[in-house]
Amino acid sequence: MEWYLPVIWAAVIGIAVAMYVILDGFDLGIGLLFPFAKSERERDQMMNSVAPFWDGNETWLVLGGVGLFVVFPRAYAIIMPAFYLPVILMLLGLVFRGVAFEFRWIALSSKPVWNLGFTAGSAIAGFCQGLILGGLIQGIKVENGAFAGSAFDWATPFSVLCGFGVLAGYALLGATWLVLKTEGAVAERARAHAKLLLVAVLAFMAVVSLWTPLAFERIAARWFSFPNILFLWPVPLVTALVALAAWRWLEAGRELLPFVAAIALFLLGYLGLVISSFPYLVPPALTVWQTAAPPASQIFMLLGTVALLPLVLAYVVFVYWIFRGKVREGEGYH
Amino acid sequence: MNLDPVLLDRIQAGFTFAFHIIFPSFTIGLSAYVATLALMWIATGEERFHRLAFFWTKIFAVSFAMGVVSGVVLSYQFGTNWSRFSVVTGNVLGPLLGYEVLAAFFLEATFLGIMLFGWGRVPAWLQALSAVIVAFGTLLSAFWILSANSWMQTPAGHEIRDGIAYPADWIAIVFNPSFPYRFAHMVTAAYLTTAMVVLAVGARHVAAGRRIAEGRTMLRMAIGMLAVLAPLQLLLGDQHGLNTLAHQPVKIAAIEAHWDGSKPGKLVLFAWPDARSETNRYELAIPNAGSLILTHGLNGLFPGLTSVGAADRPPLLPVFFAFRIMVGIGFLMIAIAYVGLWLWWRRRLFETRWFLWLAAQTWWLGFVAVISGWIVTETGRQPWAVTGILRTTDATSPVGAPSVAVSLLLFILVYGIVFSMGIYYINRLIARGAEGRAAEPPPAGTPMRPLASVADAGREILGSQPQP
Ligand code: HDD
Ligand code: HEM
Ligand code: HEM
Repeated sequence: MEWYLPVIWAAVIGIAVAMYVILDGFDLGIGLLFPFAKSERERDQMMNSVAPFWDGNETWLVLGGVGLFVVFPRAYAIIMPAFYLPVILMLLGLVFRGVAFEFRWIALSSKPVWNLGFTAGSAIAGFCQGLILGGLIQGIKVENGAFAGSAFDWATPFSVLCGFGVLAGYALLGATWLVLKTEGAVAERARAHAKLLLVAVLAFMAVVSLWTPLAFERIAARWFSFPNILFLWPVPLVTALVALAAWRWLEAGRELLPFVAAIALFLLGYLGLVISSFPYLVPPALTVWQTAAPPASQIFMLLGTVALLPLVLAYVVFVYWIFRGKVREGEGYH
Repeated sequence: MNLDPVLLDRIQAGFTFAFHIIFPSFTIGLSAYVATLALMWIATGEERFHRLAFFWTKIFAVSFAMGVVSGVVLSYQFGTNWSRFSVVTGNVLGPLLGYEVLAAFFLEATFLGIMLFGWGRVPAWLQALSAVIVAFGTLLSAFWILSANSWMQTPAGHEIRDGIAYPADWIAIVFNPSFPYRFAHMVTAAYLTTAMVVLAVGARHVAAGRRIAEGRTMLRMAIGMLAVLAPLQLLLGDQHGLNTLAHQPVKIAAIEAHWDGSKPGKLVLFAWPDARSETNRYELAIPNAGSLILTHGLNGLFPGLTSVGAADRPPLLPVFFAFRIMVGIGFLMIAIAYVGLWLWWRRRLFETRWFLWLAAQTWWLGFVAVISGWIVTETGRQPWAVTGILRTTDATSPVGAPSVAVSLLLFILVYGIVFSMGIYYINRLIARGAEGRAAEPPPAGTPMRPLASVADAGREILGSQPQP
């Protein structure tokens, strides 16, 4: 029990975070690609392609955050203060993004303001998520079970690199989503962007993969020690193959497959991170077991989650099914 | 300049919580109102119910969206600003908040789409059922969040090991001593808040002579609701206070500005409680009436502020004045309800201009009462974050004052911009009234987003042309 529960929960939270990154990733990516659209009509089309989904997508972030609080209160209490400013900025970015998203439809003369708000909110939220990710990989200074660093410990070249990497990844998800869900000029442009972004994402992945084992000994030990290396060498290989396939599919004018490949790239990157850090929740100090709430709290919460999570997944599928198909220019409710 | 991070954390908590509660106190009531209207439409087939349900759904959508964005911020704030609080109480409070999120997202969010965008697309019964389920979902999330808050006021069912709370008995934790009172009082407050808004909107319609049938329906429904709930709230508040006296006597002493527990309590109508001299200045009070209310005896005794040291007393002025504002509004609501009822009985309700004018102005009363009530509850709990377990000064994160100052300023700025726009749009919707289309189905491909239904109305209001 004491051993399994935190692992089960780490998996549940891990799934929530992965769902968040992929689902909200393409919404945020649309925000990033927004300034490249040539007309309000094109922007309308881009927004309509994510309109029915974005707010359900954001849900996963709350599940991830609250899940951490419920099951790993000690990790939550270290990670959140350690990344105080990026977390707050991310939340404000999301507030701005969400509301700008909505107000844009009502606004007339102030439409450009909300266009900007949408892009800026998405960019801030995505960049801060990258900073937090980079900061987590670097590790947090912990003394006596509490955060003991200072306000800007996360601000390193590495975390900034991760910030831009996440932005590139989200933009790639967004672009491949547009390839799938739109037609005409928007889809054409998205296809061209997707190719550039694919290269950028691969470059970021390569730099991070080289940087982390060089800079952090524990990560080098994890990947390059024997026998780990026997199991792990396919990870970069598969990544390279997926990237190659994505390029081919983009060239060949496929619609669904580039998006699937972009998701696969994200999941592979995510897998790499999990391999690098598990079972540490607060690298390099605390493991999932050291930060877990007592079994009574975990079980109490697990009951509700097990009952409701399938419902949520069903709902997600249902919503995506209802709004399947392409969004055409000028189409939508407005 | 030497900023106190704890003070900044508290201001930020108060600001973001107070902002958030504005929206739930409206959406809890409004979802129930829409559900009622939808059911009445099915039962009677009358057009006005349909029109009203549609009208209020649009307003519900904007408020709900703002409730969501401000709520997401709160759930992260426990970690960012109150990390020691999270460590000490996480084992107990975590699951309660977790259930609130599950309830909110997974019940409301699922049926919200149908409730907002099912118009003309799904059968009427499914539409009405979704509204009922959303209303139930908001109640469920209020249940969990209030359970968590009540546990902070009156902790029970836990044990403390090494300074950290562990759950011992979930039933006792969830149904802690102040929870039933707080839940009843808050839910009633939410329904009252909504009823005041409906009353104001109905009065505006009738006074302006627009959509008279809908306006009259709103007026009658609101007055009926207020006539039942406003007196009930007085009763619930009284019981709530008695319960608080049993568990948090210092809070009651602060509410009553009662210093000396060896004498019977006065009912202080007005005063300026002065912490330094430990007396009330400019006092206007009814002797022994305080004891009568709280102990049901003219000479009953209850603890005064001096029963604890100055360091264990809450800030007096906010508790004292916020309580009087809340109760004052409570009595005002009762008065409005019964004047309205009397006019209705004399068949003059729709013609009495001064009453319609008054009713049209008072839409904000509920919101102010709710925020005041929360100030009483939260500030009255000080200096404790969790009564008897954790002091507020020990609850914060190891985050420096400059960071908190920056975040606080950003919150004020962003909320100020974003939410004033939202409230502006709600006001436009209300001003526009229950006109326009009623049972028209949305065009195919309507995105399932909270504000999308508002956008149509917004464009109609602002008279926009189709986009070039
Ligand atoms: C009495 C009721 C009540 C109170 C005291 C609070 N909330 Fe709330 N909250 C709701 C009633 C509510 C609601 C009615 O369920 C909302 C409002 C609009 C909405 O979407 O759901 C909501 C939304 C909402 C959301 C967005 C999720 C969603 O509903 O889609 C989050 C994450 C929170 N809240 C979290 C909190 C936290 C952390 C609180 C204080 C510690 C808090 N709420 C106080
Ligand atoms: C939603 C309605 C609520 C409002 C309007 C509200 C209002 C406030 C206010 C005014 C303060 C500052 C008190 C002071 O420092 O003097 C505060 C503090 C706080 N509240 Fe609430 N509160 C609400 C609900 C809750 C709930 C439901 C919880 C927890 C489950 C909660 C947890 C806290 C915490 C942790 C603090 C900071 C610590 C403290 O000052 O005690 N609040 N809130
Ligand atoms: C009519 C007379 C009323 C009385 C005697 C009364 C009494 C009280 C008391 C004693 C508390 C503090 C309980 C505690 O913190 O332990 C409280 C809190 C509160 N009141 Fe009232 N109240 C009244 C009217 C209202 C009205 C009209 C509203 C709103 C429409 C309202 C909304 C609230 C809220 C939101 C709280 C904070 C949450 C809670 O602790 O329940 N009250 N009330």
